[in-house]
Amino acid sequence: MLEIRGLDVHYGGVHALRGLSLTVAAGEVVALLGNNGAGKTTTLSAVSGLLRPSGGAILFEGADITRDPPHRITARGLVHVPEGRRVFSALTVQENLQLGGYLVRDQAEVRRRIERVYDLLPRLAERRRQRGGTLSGGEQQMLAIGRALVTGPRLLLLDEPSMGLAPLVVASVMELVAGINAEGTSVLLVEQNAVAALRVAHRGYVIENGTCVLGGPAAELREDSRVVEAYLGGA
Amino acid sequence: MTQLVWNGLFVGSFYALVALGYSMVYGIIKLLNFAHGDLYMLGAFTGFAVLGAAGGVPSSLSLPLLLGVLLATMAITGLAGVALERVAYRPLRRAPRLSLLITAVGASFALEYGMRAVAGADPRVYPVRLGGTPLEILGARLTPQQLVLIAVAVVFMIGLNLLVTRTREGRAMRAIALDPRTSALMGIDVNAVISRTFFLGSALAGAAGVMAGAYYGKIDFLMGFLIGLKAFTAAVIGGIGNIPGTMLGGLLLGLLESFGTFWLGGEWRDVFAFGVLILFLTVRPTGLLGERVTERV
Repeated sequence: MLEIRGLDVHYGGVHALRGLSLTVAAGEVVALLGNNGAGKTTTLSAVSGLLRPSGGAILFEGADITRDPPHRITARGLVHVPEGRRVFSALTVQENLQLGGYLVRDQAEVRRRIERVYDLLPRLAERRRQRGGTLSGGEQQMLAIGRALVTGPRLLLLDEPSMGLAPLVVASVMELVAGINAEGTSVLLVEQNAVAALRVAHRGYVIENGTCVLGGPAAELREDSRVVEAYLGGA
Repeated sequence: MTQLVWNGLFVGSFYALVALGYSMVYGIIKLLNFAHGDLYMLGAFTGFAVLGAAGGVPSSLSLPLLLGVLLATMAITGLAGVALERVAYRPLRRAPRLSLLITAVGASFALEYGMRAVAGADPRVYPVRLGGTPLEILGARLTPQQLVLIAVAVVFMIGLNLLVTRTREGRAMRAIALDPRTSALMGIDVNAVISRTFFLGSALAGAAGVMAGAYYGKIDFLMGFLIGLKAFTAAVIGGIGNIPGTMLGGLLLGLLESFGTFWLGGEWRDVFAFGVLILFLTVRPTGLLGERVTERV
């Protein structure tokens, strides 16, 4: 479904990605693990078109999207939920969700999708007239994911959805991710919280210094001594 | 007294129309478009040219004709605004804000002296005047045409406000104002929405230019300079980036000038306007309706 081949990204004077390759198959949840500054967010930004790669190729469902602008990539069903949630703070919850339906011409369809998000996330339904900026961190994360669902994604790119959230909230975010995946949407999940990520993921990659150093099924990564040492808090 | 109020509202509705474009452009790309007043000037001259092309103007037809010219002019100044953004501002989207500001001042001079090269330095007399028999309304004298122009301005303002608050396009504009990168991730073509915002703002300025030409009867290539500053003042009074606030600011500035002129004399009019600007910038820089959104991180 998604194939990244030998991706290079420079920004400023920094060589942020060095020949990174990975794949996501239809129906999969793939975790992308690594320390701060390893290149996880850069990878997602390059895929969604926010950053322009200096080399390599990104293929989505067979089409080369390496140099497409972000709004075209979203239109293809490849939707990025950025780090830090990026909810439109001065707009209401309802308006945030409506923006997710920006590309959907049929307004009745947009309303149906928004109602589905409200069914899935009742907390948002209670706050539909509230401004996005007044929600708690967990609610903002739910809104950011809900907004992306309204676009009708086939592959979701989630950047650190657990960041800054209490453990209980992290669990419900991960439950949401698993639920979304169960309905047929593939997910590429960037996380520092490797324990949580490997629990929902089918496969995972570990990146260091802008390149994948390890990859395999989630169950194997959980047992791998290198992963345990570096990301799962020792043996 | 009522005469002063009407005069204030009349001039204020011009200010509001021009200020709206200022405010919309500031809202969406945080640029003080100093060339905005010159789009008003361009509107006045475009209307002048269109009227000339339409041939002789029977005074009995002047109002419907004026409205037709208004729409044609709005289309042309709107496109001029789009071109200005494309050529002068878009290449600087990622540049420091100061570069943009200096470019805007440069664009303003380019429009002013470009027009002087084309149309000459002498003022032109507008071929349509808003004459007509004045009506007595609540003890004030107003021509029917003045009333129609106020009505047209009000219709534009209400229409714009509905567009921004109720439609998909307006939501996209507000989203870009808050966070352009994330807006792109929603599938919004950010550059296209910015272009359409320039179109709307510039079209409104062009409309105000035609109305001012018909009202004052004389136009020249520097007429946009002062109104640009006045529109900026109006936007600051109301809350720059805030649409209803900007309309309110325009009307208030018109009223302030009208009363200030009456009490202190005509030579104090601009002193009054810019005194208010300085007052607001020091005491309440967010304007009457501007607000800060508290954000939880």
